[in-house]
Amino acid sequence: MSENYFKTYPDKNGFFKEYGGAFIPPVLEAEMKKITDAYYSISKSHNFISELRSIRKHYQGRPTPVYYCNRLSEKYGGRIYLKREDLNHTGAHKLNHCMGEALLAKHLGKKKLIAETGAGQHGVALATAAAYFGLECEIHMGEVDIAKEHPNVVRMKILGAKVVPVSHGLKTLKEAVDSAFEAYLKDPITTIYCIGSVVGPHPFPMMVRDFQRVVGIEAKEQFFEMTGELPDKVVACVGGGSNAMGIFSSFLDEPECTLYGVEPGGRSMEYGEHAATMTLGTPGVIHGFKCYMLKDEKGEPGAVHSVASGLDYPGVGPEHSMLKDLKKVNYEVVSDQETIDAFYELSRLEGIIPALESAHAVAYAIKLAQQNPQSSILVNLSGRGDKDIDYVVDTFGLPDVEK
Amino acid sequence: MNRIHQKLQADNKILSIYFTAGYPSLNDTVKIIQDLEKNGVDMIEIGLPFSDPLADGPTIQASSTQALKNGMTTSLLFQQLKDIRESVSIPLILMGYFNPVLQYGVEDFCRKCQEIGIDGLILPDLPLDVYQENYEAIFNKYGLVNVFLITPQTSDDRIDQIDAASDGFIYMVSSASVTGSQDGFGNNQETYFQRIADMKLKNPQVVGFGISNSETFQQATKQAKGAIIGSAFIKFLTQNGVDKIGDFVKGIRK
Ligand SMILES: Cc1ncc(COP(=O)(O)O)c(C=O)c1O
Repeated sequence: MSENYFKTYPDKNGFFKEYGGAFIPPVLEAEMKKITDAYYSISKSHNFISELRSIRKHYQGRPTPVYYCNRLSEKYGGRIYLKREDLNHTGAHKLNHCMGEALLAKHLGKKKLIAETGAGQHGVALATAAAYFGLECEIHMGEVDIAKEHPNVVRMKILGAKVVPVSHGLKTLKEAVDSAFEAYLKDPITTIYCIGSVVGPHPFPMMVRDFQRVVGIEAKEQFFEMTGELPDKVVACVGGGSNAMGIFSSFLDEPECTLYGVEPGGRSMEYGEHAATMTLGTPGVIHGFKCYMLKDEKGEPGAVHSVASGLDYPGVGPEHSMLKDLKKVNYEVVSDQETIDAFYELSRLEGIIPALESAHAVAYAIKLAQQNPQSSILVNLSGRGDKDIDYVVDTFGLPDVEK
Repeated sequence: MNRIHQKLQADNKILSIYFTAGYPSLNDTVKIIQDLEKNGVDMIEIGLPFSDPLADGPTIQASSTQALKNGMTTSLLFQQLKDIRESVSIPLILMGYFNPVLQYGVEDFCRKCQEIGIDGLILPDLPLDVYQENYEAIFNKYGLVNVFLITPQTSDDRIDQIDAASDGFIYMVSSASVTGSQDGFGNNQETYFQRIADMKLKNPQVVGFGISNSETFQQATKQAKGAIIGSAFIKFLTQNGVDKIGDFVKGIRK
């Protein structure tokens, strides 16, 4: 979208219309202000930008390619393209904002990075960034996710991070955020919280979005170069919404592109069985910001489920909340089973094992292709699925190789 | 003028106690309030438990979790407090996170507070600007004092802004860390207390966080108008139940 959009949203207090802001106790207020000020001064400086660009190219391996899915398109119709964030170093888009956040932390003189992780992708990315910059790293992770995402837990430890198991509540992403905030508050001076998505109090939703914009900027140019036009449809999964904001940011202003954010429909649309925040939520405040939120009967953050650990969060980025109200993006739901089917389809038709999060986007793209055989569809393949293989095979079995 | 103003004008060394509603048992709320007043406490903060607090120490967090398990809700708390003004006359303040208030409906919440005789609210995560833009008029309409917090990290400019926006008292958080009682105040805190005293704010200050016994209470109220005890009282309830509240208060006032 035009620069004007990015200068208008968020406003100076971090609001995207009524969403976002910084609903935080005063112990956090001064620190958030420091981070905000540093973000505006340091990360817009020429040196910071040059360093980040060099890191992206030489360390992360960017730009990641856009790839045309021959066999998938042939089978389902449409022309399906993938933005290959699975090929970004560490295997997901998360490293894009982690390198930015860690570089900023270093400029601020912080010693330690603290964060939550769901699928472990953000944790691995942050542990990687910490190793790169020589900082300490502490990752909070729900015990349920630790069991489910074992390879990523090992990766974090190999990278030198401390993994703190979280055992309260549902023992998944929301509780991991609670725990990480708590650890951060014990020492907000020498540590910094590096939140894993476009969520949390201002400035995080803005900062993470801006660091993820590289995905959209690259993809738009690459797609145009490959096809001579813009994609009809752009699809991304939405947990907190960072990979989706990354790719959407370059297409928000293009009237011929329709944008789809795909949410986890889980096992069913009953309470507690899904994490379809945008589809079934109502406004509330969680973890320091206002957004669409799934609630229990008391109005507190509700129970959620998704087959993808990185998507089961009862809140969602404030910018997505605004984009929904503005009808700039369509938010759709895909079930666990459709996700698993897409996981195997992409693996077997294209030789790409997608992360379960990303498989939600692939599943929806397949539906779109079937309904619109003439259209071009650009999917943000936010991550690779190596972390999920044991869980998928153990839980859903290994279907026969296609005859 | 509401009860908070009267109290702060009349007395010094105000002793204020925080407890989590619904803890230790669901129906202890009224008894705790009555016993605190009977034993000479000046003001009470009633905590609304919340599932995802951003800045509570372990003691308060554990009491919140237990209170929610016991079944505490905003509506139930209002129900329990319905007749509280028949037996209690000291200032009562509700303290909690903003989300439960938003879910109840801010205006409905404020109206209910007025009906019951609640004098003020402390919502640590409600930003000053959001309050002024959207809710100040509502708070005023229902005669509620909104209390803002400052910490050692809060800049002088911000403190001046908060002082201008306040009409009651300023809640002075004693340290930059989360709640939890500590054994004593160090030099950093003394410097901070002095710095704030030197600012000559229009609103009196009440110190909270880290006050656990008569020494810390005396230290905190040397310059400030009063002090709030939270974690130490909750720990006492955990160990002694609700029948010896007088002992706790005497220990502080001795
Ligand atoms: C590969 C991948 N995609 C997507 C997500 C969801 O996050 P977001 O919505 O912020 O992109 C995650 C989170 O763990 C992830 O690992």
